[in-house]
Amino acid sequence: MSVTEPLTDTETGELDYDAIFEILGDHIIDRESHVHTEAAVVRPDEVQSTLRILREDAGFDHLSCVVSQEYRDRFESVYYLKTYDDPTQEFGVVVPTSRDEPKSQTATGVYETAGWHEREAYDLVGIEYEGHPDLRRILLPESWMGHPLGLDYDQDRPQIVEYREHENPLEGHVEEGETMFINIGPHHPATHGVLHLRVVLDGEQVADLDPDLGYLHRCEEQCCQSGTYRHQIMPYPDRWDYASAGILNEWAYARTAENLADLDVPEYAQILRTMSAELCRICSHMLALGTFCLDIYGDFTAIFMYAMRDRERVQNILEELTGQRMMFNYFRLGGVVWDIPEPRQEFFDLVWDFLDELPAAIDEYHDLITTNEVFQTRTVNTGILEPDVAKQYGCTGPVARASGIDYDLRRDDPYGYYEELDWEVITEDGCDNYSRLLVRMQEVEESAKIIEQCIELLEEWPEDEREIQSNVPRTLKPDPDTETYRAVEGAKGELGIYIRSDGTDKPARFKIRSPCYHNLSVLPEIAEGEYVADMIASLGSLDIILGEVDR
Amino acid sequence: MSGDITPQPSADEDVQRATTDARMGGGTDDRFNSPLRQALGTSPFILTKFDRFMNWVRGSSMFMLQFGIACCSLEMMHTYAVKHDLDRFGAGVPRASPRQADVIIIPGTIVSKFAPRMKRVYDQMPEPKFVVNMGSCSISGGPFQEGYNVVKGAEEVIPVDIHVPGCPPRPEALVYGVAKLQDQVRAGESSPVVVKPYELEKFGDLERDELVDRLAERIDEDDLVMRYNWADSP
Repeated sequence: MSVTEPLTDTETGELDYDAIFEILGDHIIDRESHVHTEAAVVRPDEVQSTLRILREDAGFDHLSCVVSQEYRDRFESVYYLKTYDDPTQEFGVVVPTSRDEPKSQTATGVYETAGWHEREAYDLVGIEYEGHPDLRRILLPESWMGHPLGLDYDQDRPQIVEYREHENPLEGHVEEGETMFINIGPHHPATHGVLHLRVVLDGEQVADLDPDLGYLHRCEEQCCQSGTYRHQIMPYPDRWDYASAGILNEWAYARTAENLADLDVPEYAQILRTMSAELCRICSHMLALGTFCLDIYGDFTAIFMYAMRDRERVQNILEELTGQRMMFNYFRLGGVVWDIPEPRQEFFDLVWDFLDELPAAIDEYHDLITTNEVFQTRTVNTGILEPDVAKQYGCTGPVARASGIDYDLRRDDPYGYYEELDWEVITEDGCDNYSRLLVRMQEVEESAKIIEQCIELLEEWPEDEREIQSNVPRTLKPDPDTETYRAVEGAKGELGIYIRSDGTDKPARFKIRSPCYHNLSVLPEIAEGEYVADMIASLGSLDIILGEVDR
Repeated sequence: MSGDITPQPSADEDVQRATTDARMGGGTDDRFNSPLRQALGTSPFILTKFDRFMNWVRGSSMFMLQFGIACCSLEMMHTYAVKHDLDRFGAGVPRASPRQADVIIIPGTIVSKFAPRMKRVYDQMPEPKFVVNMGSCSISGGPFQEGYNVVKGAEEVIPVDIHVPGCPPRPEALVYGVAKLQDQVRAGESSPVVVKPYELEKFGDLERDELVDRLAERIDEDDLVMRYNWADSP
């Protein structure tokens, strides 16, 4: 970290790429320019040494995204790095490998989060990572044939999927009477969807845990790659993090595509975007709160019902604005689709009513949850996630902020209207399940503050300046081989999108960097050694949405 | 048996009172004389066919399986929770175990890895059991139909009684779908026969071809598998 300073240009405060290329020295075989950053091209057997230099000498402690793709003449893995202190400092490492022998060195020794990324790359694209400790398929079934995001994949070929009987925990798994194997999921009320956890218990403690994903892998990246930039992609983001956080996801796509095609967004539309996105954040955090308490108390109690009640209120507001309760499809490239519905005052009153009653509702939650002794016993000092571990696994969002990592893209890599508004980034130092809930509850209050300021601005906005959409060409065809990776602060953390264009009106590669995927990958670290009941609490506090984990 | 049953004319009330007194002893509280009893007249007996009675009971008390898959499960939760409260219609007790459930709502996209598990969960439910398809994904694959990993609707795996379209359907739509299912069950109607091309079968029973040969090393003869012939999917 200490070396971060010299790499920054003292006058502009921007990253000095030449200095980075200098310390990498002979490791580089070429330089590449992506829209958002510079990138170094390195040989496939020098991945670890390059990344280690970047991590230790240049201060890049956050492996934000790993993109893998197949070209006609080569395979390629791209590692996008950032720093947790200042996410606008970005750098890329491009690793091409030959088509005949797609083998590349793993990055797992340097960044733990590369483990799951590279498994996904192996699964979907077919690059093999040498030295990877556990290179298996992660999203598709083990018996799958072919790599579906490769160029020559034939989708019509039949596939056979195994169904192994759930192993009997009492047969063959009792090793000298010590441990017991147990399946949790994929159909289980506490896994928040279709997640399967393979757990080995020693008494009541978790000895080993292996999340098994892919029960909701519905080919989101392929769907986006077959849609046109202008209209056909925008409906899909709504369905990634479907806990009514749709607008936050839409913003991730909008930001990336606008960066790629160099589009502007009018100020008025930015305010509308900011307001609707924060409404979605409240909705999503309310669900996290409700289902977390469902996990802790084990039944459909008052808290769950109250959280649902408050979600209904937000959904009503969003329905007024967008016409939909969940799948909003509200953003367009260069703006939003509709202005606030007429009569405007009625809509504002609806929001004001909600905001006026929110503090009382939050107090009620604190009465019911955070001050409850039973709840505290279950959550305080359980599921400890140390900041170093969180950074290694690329955790972001409330999960990272509850471990004291002050990282929020809304402030650190500003977009929309956030810079102009007065709000705080919430952090807690507890690192436990309790802190993660506290962060979410306080973020709801911060979101309310943001919405309040947006509404005040919207009420005052002159009628003839309500511009909701900038001029955007009917068909977007970004220049061939432009690559960009942009991220926004989704409900669960850093939601990033990588797009490579090939000169047509559809992306050649569309990669989603899902915050839930990273937050879930840290679960074995949190849960091993803890009681199995605390593991359930930890899973609830990570607040994963399987639609975004599996994509 | 709903609210439109009007009490019998008061001329019968004396007879009813006499009947109640004779059965339960004199001076019984009026509250025991329920509107239902009044509707049925003086006789405390109902004549009906046992099957019809059972169908009425089945339709009036449905236990749903707590089964969340994707986006639609959020709207399903809202259907169970405050405001929409499916329990008002005698169908809102989510059970966590398939062995206690009568109805399974399929709220989301079925992918290749999940279909065998869903089939097994369905098999574990006791007869008679009913299936409500919620949303476009479980009807046809919905927006993800072109996906390499997406099963083109739940009907490829299990038989379905009611389809509720939408992406996702509103809670009101799901309530309507469940109410329609209840009507169907009360009337004793059976669901249409459907084609289920994908079944769980033993690997050894599969017809040998190139794919089976390639997998033979790693899959046991006795292991259950589901074979997807994507080219034949609708």
